[in-house]
Amino acid sequence: MNAAARDRWAGYAFVGPFLLVYAAVLVVPLAMGLVISLHRADLFGRRAWIGLGNYTQALGDPVLHQALGNTILLALLIVPPLTVIALLLALALNRPGRFAAILRGVFFSSLVLSVTIVTLIWRFILTPDAGLIAEGLEAAGHAPIPFLSDPDLVIPAIAVTTLWWSLGFPVMLILAGLQQVPGDIYEAAALDGASRWTVLRRITLPAIRRTLLLVVMLQTAAQLQLFGQAQLLTGGGPGGASRTIVLYIFEVSFGRWELGYATAIAELLFGMIIALTLLQYWLVTRHEGQRT
Amino acid sequence: MSAHRLSPLATVLLVLGAAVMLAPMAWTLLLSFKSNAALMADSGAAFAGPYTFENYAAILKGSLTLQWLANSLVVATGAAVGVLVLSSLAGYGFARLEFPFRRTLFVIVLLGLAVPEQAVILPRHQLFAWLGLHNTYPGLILPSLTGSFGVFFMTQYFRAIPRELDEAALLDGASRFTLFWKVLLPLTLPAQATLGVFTFLAAWNDYWWPLISATTSDYFTLTVGLASAQMNYAQTSGLGFLMAQAVFASIPILIVYIAFQKQIVRAMAGTAVR
Repeated sequence: MNAAARDRWAGYAFVGPFLLVYAAVLVVPLAMGLVISLHRADLFGRRAWIGLGNYTQALGDPVLHQALGNTILLALLIVPPLTVIALLLALALNRPGRFAAILRGVFFSSLVLSVTIVTLIWRFILTPDAGLIAEGLEAAGHAPIPFLSDPDLVIPAIAVTTLWWSLGFPVMLILAGLQQVPGDIYEAAALDGASRWTVLRRITLPAIRRTLLLVVMLQTAAQLQLFGQAQLLTGGGPGGASRTIVLYIFEVSFGRWELGYATAIAELLFGMIIALTLLQYWLVTRHEGQRT
Repeated sequence: MSAHRLSPLATVLLVLGAAVMLAPMAWTLLLSFKSNAALMADSGAAFAGPYTFENYAAILKGSLTLQWLANSLVVATGAAVGVLVLSSLAGYGFARLEFPFRRTLFVIVLLGLAVPEQAVILPRHQLFAWLGLHNTYPGLILPSLTGSFGVFFMTQYFRAIPRELDEAALLDGASRFTLFWKVLLPLTLPAQATLGVFTFLAAWNDYWWPLISATTSDYFTLTVGLASAQMNYAQTSGLGFLMAQAVFASIPILIVYIAFQKQIVRAMAGTAVR
């Protein structure tokens, strides 16, 4: 056997094991999902072909529409503040020294907690029944606020919980982006007597726009799939005011056993995430060809 | 790197922000050392003694928490080891070897980065039911092994290693596998540490998949077990115990985080720019 032929088989031997798992546990379910979504199917394997029936059902399902609205509102309340706060923190903490290092550790810390622990902690912070915030309000002579059972406050409450939990990763990404900006640009700007605001607007932000785009794309995709916080904090209540799309998928599949319909909703969510990600990418990068 | 000093206002805001980050954790820690009875009477009692270890003692004797801890360790370690083995092999193959459809296969793997969990989780649940994989360790670990990120990450890392190393080793008569195992793999250890820690963290904290795959309490991971405990307790009757469980469940992951903080942060520097 010559070297090229040996390389060929060696190549498959090296990439084969991963591709096998990838095909069996990702590609096959992905294809199965499309097929199942065209069936009236339950969790126990009973199937009947109904074409696009599940999708037309989704169009007219008021519960799904409410969940879609809740999910979009959550994403809007989480992604922009998260990106701005993370950017400000990264700008402030991108400096040498012990003080900054300790604060970086503090702001990264919540990201290692699981959703179960985060919601456990925040449930007892938010509860009007002697929760941490309620205790503070009481000390200030104010009545406790029932964050999780007020339909107008439940979504902001989940958003704040999520912000607290998710802050570390974007800060890390943006800090990493800032480290890549060559230092001599800043020296040149300092020689030109540019103000800090000008440096930020004309040098720093353009230099890390790719990183900011990555943060927004990842966070949008993640928050549109928000599940654990809603399921554990409120179970979607009160009256569906905090039911998200993925929580609804969970209820339809494992509560009502309507696997076909749940899968169709999941496919719609998949399409929505892909479309939004591509849109964000296009909006940020469309001018890049002309500019450079 | 900006050499400007932080303004006093920025410093105050940062310290306040840090307090907001830490207060919930500190409060949890305090609650975990209070007896359930004392908290039932007055949850404000957390801010004063007496403190007790009884909640931690209750976890260590009898409760299922230790079993869940063991399950989480097995699942997260299995996921991390599995991802490292598969991604290193595939990364080397994609970076260094020439074979038919190499580019096509690589693109197919990269497309996996765009597939959200929701698009596959329900059919995967069905598939694993047919294969009898629910309530088993392989059933909990396998979904973690499909991550395209690890393959992409290792491919990039192998590509950055100079090819002269390969040629020298091959001239010395080394086989492809010896070259991979003895020469190149040791050079990728920093990447292995990073990828391993991230996979471990993600598998340790995963909730959605173990929630639907592990349905008997013997196979609960800590995330699912603690969730079930939350549901079982009335609002405040077991508050101290629940908080002790939360602290207890966070200890292993905090150890991993503190031990590998440097690698985690350094790795971010590598991924953010691409």
